Amino acid sequence: MSPALLVLAAFLLLSLALGLLARRGRPMTLEQWTVGGRGFGTLFVFLLMAGEIYTTFTFLGASGWAYGRGAPAFYILCYGLLAYTLSYFLLPVVWRYGEREHLHSQADFFARKYRSRALGVVVSLVGVVAMVPYLVLQLKGLGIIVSETSYGRVSVPHAVGLSVTALVLYVMVSGVRGSAWNAVVKDVMILAVAVALGIWLPRHWYGGIGPMFAAIAKAKPGFLTLPARGMSPSWFVSTVLLSALGFYMWPHSFASAYTARSEDTFRRNAVVLPLYQLVMLAVFFIGFAAVLKVPGLLGADSDKALLRLCKLSFAPWTVGLIGAAGLLTALVPGSMILLSSATILAKNVVGQIVPGMSERAVGILARAFVPVVALVAVWFTLSGGTAIVPLLLLGYNFVTQFFPALLLALPERPVATRAGAMAGILTGVAIVTWLQVSGTRLATLFPSWPPVLTDLNVGIVAMAANVAVLLAVSALTWPAAEARKAASA
Amino acid sequence: MTARPWRWLAVVPVLAVCGGVPLANRVDALVLGLPFLLAWCVFCVLLTSAVMAVVAALDRRADRT
Repeated sequence: MSPALLVLAAFLLLSLALGLLARRGRPMTLEQWTVGGRGFGTLFVFLLMAGEIYTTFTFLGASGWAYGRGAPAFYILCYGLLAYTLSYFLLPVVWRYGEREHLHSQADFFARKYRSRALGVVVSLVGVVAMVPYLVLQLKGLGIIVSETSYGRVSVPHAVGLSVTALVLYVMVSGVRGSAWNAVVKDVMILAVAVALGIWLPRHWYGGIGPMFAAIAKAKPGFLTLPARGMSPSWFVSTVLLSALGFYMWPHSFASAYTARSEDTFRRNAVVLPLYQLVMLAVFFIGFAAVLKVPGLLGADSDKALLRLCKLSFAPWTVGLIGAAGLLTALVPGSMILLSSATILAKNVVGQIVPGMSERAVGILARAFVPVVALVAVWFTLSGGTAIVPLLLLGYNFVTQFFPALLLALPERPVATRAGAMAGILTGVAIVTWLQVSGTRLATLFPSWPPVLTDLNVGIVAMAANVAVLLAVSALTWPAAEARKAASA
Repeated sequence: MTARPWRWLAVVPVLAVCGGVPLANRVDALVLGLPFLLAWCVFCVLLTSAVMAVVAALDRRADRT
């Protein structure tokens, strides 16, 4: 066993131990298991929310994109900003309603607001589908970390198998409290590791950040600005906007808003969390440092850039520590995603379809769904060759479809009908699926349009259709309209 | 709820990102060692936090009265 792998194993055991400790002495009701009994303070909510944002996506995906694509990776720095700005107005409304109606999940919100259990079930299923690519990207990251830190001794499929076992174990044992404690350890570690690497690597290899960018600008002209076509400014802005709308539409992010103690938490978050985005700079620096030092990683292999550069720069046990930080950034969000999908399937899908299930039965079923969801994700992880960032963008395209129906449900009485909300979401999701499966681009759909339009994120098509259908069906099924129809008949 | 015109300040970060990025992308130079576009994104981060701090402070003051 390599020293790097030993360090990694030690941290894996530590995270399992933390998960177990967090459980001790607390009664495990469903509310305790999922939203931690609504007792978390500001700092904990801050860490929990930050923990979900800083995932493998940031660590390996963002550095990999900076390495492979250059300037388009900067979108990752920007969409969070607009999401936090939006959250300032959005989340307090969601939180107040959730508090009043004792809601646990995102689907509860839609079901209660639109008075439609069917809509709740649809939202749940779409949410779980969207979370699969998100979980897949964490597993992909775990696989890369374990196989790279083993210096080739553990193959990627074995690495994925090992990590998913650990993930399933601690989710089943501890629920959200385990995630929270590990989020604390993880956030401290990832901050330390990312900042240290982001400063040290450019200095070591290029003599500083400025000289590094100067060297890249000279070797690869145009790499540090957005291209005129493809990932152009149109792509950038539309992707930032869609991702910002989708940011809190993830079932787990939405539900984590319920764990806040008071509304003021969200106000503070909108001020503080954007600053936390600056950690991303360090991650970009690592990716850029790799550009000229470990060239030749193409496509999905660009996700390996960070670890390859670290292996070139450090002794194995240091690589192990870096890998351990990466391991936690995958395990913590991975556990949250797994936990959310399993709970949603048990409570908001099966629990709604089979009437009269006891809370205890739902709890047992939720735990039973954990390994099932994990296996589905493992299957996708091992069968696809997509890089980390496109996987997340796919998930975003799914969850963003909730936004129009949510926005119209914010007033005390929704200004759309349940049929409209349902039709809009289903239309959007169907289009996203079709675009993904067929690999269609706007440029192929509308070859005569100028690039400024065809470079737009393809998710915008699904969003536009969603809004159009939502409004049209709502207008047709609006109670007053029906009453008029009845009167004239 | 009473009118809170300062909440319109929240539009500033949106304009800085959506309007600013296409313009910033035209500049091909390093600022403080960073590519201009990246420097602009960093500026947007600081701007967002500052703007939301002002909005939050004014909202809290309005809540008290």
